[in-house]
Amino acid sequence: MALRRDLAIIADAVPSSARVLDVGCGDGELMEALRAKGVDARGLEIDPANVTAAIARGQSVVQGDANRDLIDYPDDAFDYAILSQTLQTTERPDRVVDELLRIAPRAFVSFPNFAHWRIRLALLWGGRMPVTRLLPVAWYETPNIHHVTVSDFRDLIGARGIQVERVWHLSGDKPTSDAAASWRAEHAIFLIRR
Amino acid sequence: MASALHQISHHSVTIPTPLALDSGQSLPSVTIAWQSYGALNADRSNAVLLCHALTGDQYVASDHPATGKPGWWARMVGPGKPIDTDRFHVICANVLGSCMGSSGPASPDPVTGAPLGMAFPVITIGDMVRAQAMLLDHLGIARLHAVVGGSMGGMQALAWTVNYPERLGSALVIASAARHSAQNIAFHEVGRQAIMADPDWQDGNYYDKYCMPTKGLAVARMAAHITYLSEAGLTEKFGRRLQARDIKSFGFDADFQIESYLRHQGLAFTDRFDANAYLYITRAMDYFDLADPHDGRLAGAFAKAKDVRFTLVSFDTDWLYPTAESRRIVQALQSVGAAASFVELSAPYGHDSFLLDVPALDRLVAGALGSGF
Repeated sequence: MALRRDLAIIADAVPSSARVLDVGCGDGELMEALRAKGVDARGLEIDPANVTAAIARGQSVVQGDANRDLIDYPDDAFDYAILSQTLQTTERPDRVVDELLRIAPRAFVSFPNFAHWRIRLALLWGGRMPVTRLLPVAWYETPNIHHVTVSDFRDLIGARGIQVERVWHLSGDKPTSDAAASWRAEHAIFLIRR
Repeated sequence: MASALHQISHHSVTIPTPLALDSGQSLPSVTIAWQSYGALNADRSNAVLLCHALTGDQYVASDHPATGKPGWWARMVGPGKPIDTDRFHVICANVLGSCMGSSGPASPDPVTGAPLGMAFPVITIGDMVRAQAMLLDHLGIARLHAVVGGSMGGMQALAWTVNYPERLGSALVIASAARHSAQNIAFHEVGRQAIMADPDWQDGNYYDKYCMPTKGLAVARMAAHITYLSEAGLTEKFGRRLQARDIKSFGFDADFQIESYLRHQGLAFTDRFDANAYLYITRAMDYFDLADPHDGRLAGAFAKAKDVRFTLVSFDTDWLYPTAESRRIVQALQSVGAAASFVELSAPYGHDSFLLDVPALDRLVAGALGSGF
């Protein structure tokens, strides 16, 4: 099965022989692609069924919660931390970003852009919390408790003195230009560093 | 009589090398009884050491010689099973201090030939593991693909990663802990006191007598058995149902099914286990604390185990070795950078879940053993 586009981008961008922590690794799909290119990938995942599936695939995954359990990893334990489509579900995204960059000097953070034009239109004309392809769950049961836009994220890391090394903006599986990203990107992948 | 259990012959070897024990004493030679399943490959790289629990034995996947019942992990070990004996050479040795053929309190005094009884030195989990390493040396197996164990077997597996990390590929630790808690010690002490309060115990010198401390041993087993089950499991299986009667007897018969069940479990246990061995092995578990030699820092114990791949599994209904104990181990492993996997599985059976039908455990065990091979 082909890797989801944003995961494929991350898999391509991680150098082989790097040490990587995939936070919210699911059933280990990205880690499998990383391991295939020689990356020492480990995972943290909250759902026991996913953890079981990943371990059954031979991967090193610890059942845990990104909100609480990142503190157990020592400083600089990894070269890269990955937080894919999970930031908006955390209790304190700012603290999670700090933890990622404590555990590793660089981190990939990807999230759905809440300022995408479809979402803006849904709010503007519908007056209701949008339900879209990337945010398919109604407001009362969504795990996405901290909606974030591309500009919000830039503000957050800017205020913390975090550098942006690279950004990928995607609409569906296609790249969008940085200039129009705030409107046109459905999701974004940031490679950030201390 | 003691004879029935101790007259069974086991596949064993006596290694004439002295074994220095943690207590400071030593054994002049060590007898180790073991079973193996599956063939050792040409480069001797497919050996898996299975470590058994407190009342377990080496008969993992073969009928028990005393009870005739199937091996305690026959569902897990065999051709095509999660621990696949078509791929792996599985070895399980009876632990030091036990009663199924390895050196223990029923072993003869080298001078008098009489059973040692309480003259057998107190042993530790570390001593058990040293004896296993002696067996592997004897068998010419320098390195294990994996060491696997549940409960006390998990403690041995952990001790392996601390004492012999260079001899291991991976360690699979199920429903276990890196130390015995006050509660764990407390339950064991109840069991030991039950044995020692039995007049037939006779300070441990009962092997040549007609009476053995079966009553005390049965009570010890009853108390321990409760700790292996979950409250919800007990309620579902027995509830307050009465045993073979419609009304309460207003006496002290086993009115309730749970009473009858425990009495049966206690009595049946005495056919296959020795009371002194129970004292020694529970003591070894109580002394177990991997962090103790490292000023209480568990991470210190794993400093040399960075290259071992760890998989830890706990069960949500296990209150004997709860998830928090496994998490404590995971935290220590992460702090030294070891590759650790951990999952808490959901199963209704309490601590005993590791022995029972939990399909997720089967998948995990197969995956954890299969990788890197």
